[in-house]
Amino acid sequence: MVRYIIRRLLGALAVLFIVSLVTFGLFMVVPVMTGASPAYLYAGKNPSPELIANIEHGLGLDKPIPEQFYMYMKGIVAGRTDLTDGTADGSRPCPAPCFGYSFRYQSPVWDIIKDRFPVTLSITVGAAIIWLSLGIGVGVLSALRRGGFADRASMVFILLFLSLPSYLFAILLLYVFVYGLKWLPPTQYVPLTESPVKWFQALILAWITIGFGSAALYARLTRANMLETMSEDYIRTAVAKGLPRKTVVRKHAMRAALTPILTIAGLDIAFLLGGAIFVEKVFSLPGLGLLFVEAIGKQDLPVIMGLTIVSSLFIVVANIIVDVLYSAVDPRVRLS
Amino acid sequence: MTQTIDSSASLPSAPPTSFLEVRDLHVTFPTDDGMVRSVDGLSFKVERGKTMGIVGESGSGKSVTSQAILGLHNSTRAQVSGQIWLDGEELVGKSSEEIRPLRGNKMAMIFQDPLSSLHPFYTIGDQIVEAYRVHNKVSKDVAKKRAIEMLDRVGIPNAAKRVDDYPHQFSGGMRQRVMIAMALVCDPQLLIADEPTTALDVTVQAQILDLMRDLQKEFNSAIILITHDLGVVAEIADDVTVMYGGRAVEQGSVRDVFYSPQMPYTWGLLASMPRLDRDRKGRLDPIPGNPPSLINLPNGCVFSPRCVYRDRVGAACVTDRPDLTPVSDTHRVRCHIPAEQSQRIWLNELNPNL
Ligand SMILES: Nc1ncnc2c1ncn2[C@@H]1O[C@H](COP(=O)(O)OP(=O)(O)OP(=O)(O)O)[C@@H](O)[C@H]1O
Ligand code: SF4
Ligand SMILES: [Mg+2]
Repeated sequence: MVRYIIRRLLGALAVLFIVSLVTFGLFMVVPVMTGASPAYLYAGKNPSPELIANIEHGLGLDKPIPEQFYMYMKGIVAGRTDLTDGTADGSRPCPAPCFGYSFRYQSPVWDIIKDRFPVTLSITVGAAIIWLSLGIGVGVLSALRRGGFADRASMVFILLFLSLPSYLFAILLLYVFVYGLKWLPPTQYVPLTESPVKWFQALILAWITIGFGSAALYARLTRANMLETMSEDYIRTAVAKGLPRKTVVRKHAMRAALTPILTIAGLDIAFLLGGAIFVEKVFSLPGLGLLFVEAIGKQDLPVIMGLTIVSSLFIVVANIIVDVLYSAVDPRVRLS
Repeated sequence: MTQTIDSSASLPSAPPTSFLEVRDLHVTFPTDDGMVRSVDGLSFKVERGKTMGIVGESGSGKSVTSQAILGLHNSTRAQVSGQIWLDGEELVGKSSEEIRPLRGNKMAMIFQDPLSSLHPFYTIGDQIVEAYRVHNKVSKDVAKKRAIEMLDRVGIPNAAKRVDDYPHQFSGGMRQRVMIAMALVCDPQLLIADEPTTALDVTVQAQILDLMRDLQKEFNSAIILITHDLGVVAEIADDVTVMYGGRAVEQGSVRDVFYSPQMPYTWGLLASMPRLDRDRKGRLDPIPGNPPSLINLPNGCVFSPRCVYRDRVGAACVTDRPDLTPVSDTHRVRCHIPAEQSQRIWLNELNPNL
């Protein structure tokens, strides 16, 4: 088990290395090759050639590309002290993990990400609670009452939210609850530690948007898995043993039916942790998704790169966690 | 599961003297294509200490019958009528919750495919302990001792250790032993074994059958053994019911059915029975044609489209349903061929060639 996890972690590092290499290639090398040095982005209008040269030197852009990449990788592990804004006393220290320095925000990239992450984490946790409890609850119930009223009602729910585009739903929520009924103040994110109520008010619509949309998907998946499991031979055996229906459903059917759903949930959550771009934009929540949008607008390459690597980190780690959990639940799965 | 079909109204309602008596059992599944009459008027009796073999081709209604006895049919998707008397108690009118205390306790079942019939996520020990504790108020430790004892009893080597293994860690034959141990853990008085040996090779098959026979002696239980293998029936059953298209077409003692069968379908089954003393070439002589559709049963005798003796009787075979008619105290046959004539056909034309 420990050896398995170590091997998977090494594999994850390799994946992250490749991701870094590719993003580095895309964002740092291509502009140089096309002749538009990233230094222009930082230099204001009509810069003098010396200024550009200074900035390039300060960012290390005048070094050979492999060396630049080496410095970048090393910076993630050990931090960097070599970055400057091109002037003599313009040193920009960037402690580990250093994903570069953003001149747009005048801050190391990692600090910006750290600053924004709690917002995205709040969105993700709340949304996941809604979609897992609602999706699994509705799915199990409609499978057990197959063909009955509850099943039909949940089918309507599922169809509605699967076909309703989430941007429409989000804007609808915004207009009804914020501008129409005025039940919620116009959104302004406040950290949980500052005011739980305001935090909740700022996030609830985002949770509902993501939560209901995903819940529909999960309900459909849960229903299908539950129906399939309930027709398995081992469920018939459980009934034939004389077990109460409650035990048959909870202990025998749900455990088997929900295991694959939780693995999917793990990956979905990891994906969401990388930033819920659209929802953050609509509800003005300054999380990683909004940061990404801003960074693209400002052509802030170090931030874009940092975000790309961090979101792939989430996905790679979630993959490992999900596989280990799966093997803990299903004894047929051998980790090797 | 209520008694709705008229024919059951005319049945005697007095409890029978037999330990298990099934009277005019009907199981019908309403489907989009029509009513699937999987079991259509089946009756039989089993005493304690005796074994009833139910044989018939795939789809003849064997499993549906056994599941009806345990009340496993979903009441919204299956219509069950008739009477099932177990030890003086009628089961067809009972709700699932009323039958539940009997399941796994007074009557237990061994299913066809032991791998898919055991839960993949729980150890076999957990599954047997669960089966025991649902009917017996004992601690987990006591139940686990019982589980180990049962595993040992059915011939699992090193039972105290293997009790913590998962189903996929056992071979097919061992898994079937686990199923048997689980079915017997509450000392059931009725054991239904639905093709318990089909998936196993011949040696293991023989071991499992021996085991069931020994356990029957020990616990004096009634056994219903479902199979499409007449050889197995000849070996361990006392009585036989031959099923075709959801009904009994021949019923009697093993002697009756094997030594003086009187019905063309039974003849076909006997002819297709592999025997070690027969030479390999002419060994299998399968019945031509396919089992009937249970939605649109043929007019007349249900077997008539496939029966090569139809011509000897004439029109009756395709116009009149034959009844299950007694030919002796123990032997009943559903066929229009008169008894003496079918005896002659068996003795003169068929038996010598088998
Ligand atoms: N839930 C159901 N809905 C519709 N038809 C069903 C259902 N269950 C069983 N049947 C039909 O009932 C018939 C009898 O099935 P059954 O499983 O009893 O056959 P069997 O004699 O056990 O065959 P086998 O030897 O293959 O196990 C089959 O034609 C089957 O298609
Ligand atoms: S009744 Fe006729 S068709 Fe049916 S088995 Fe007898 S001979 Fe064959
Ligand atoms: Mg069957």
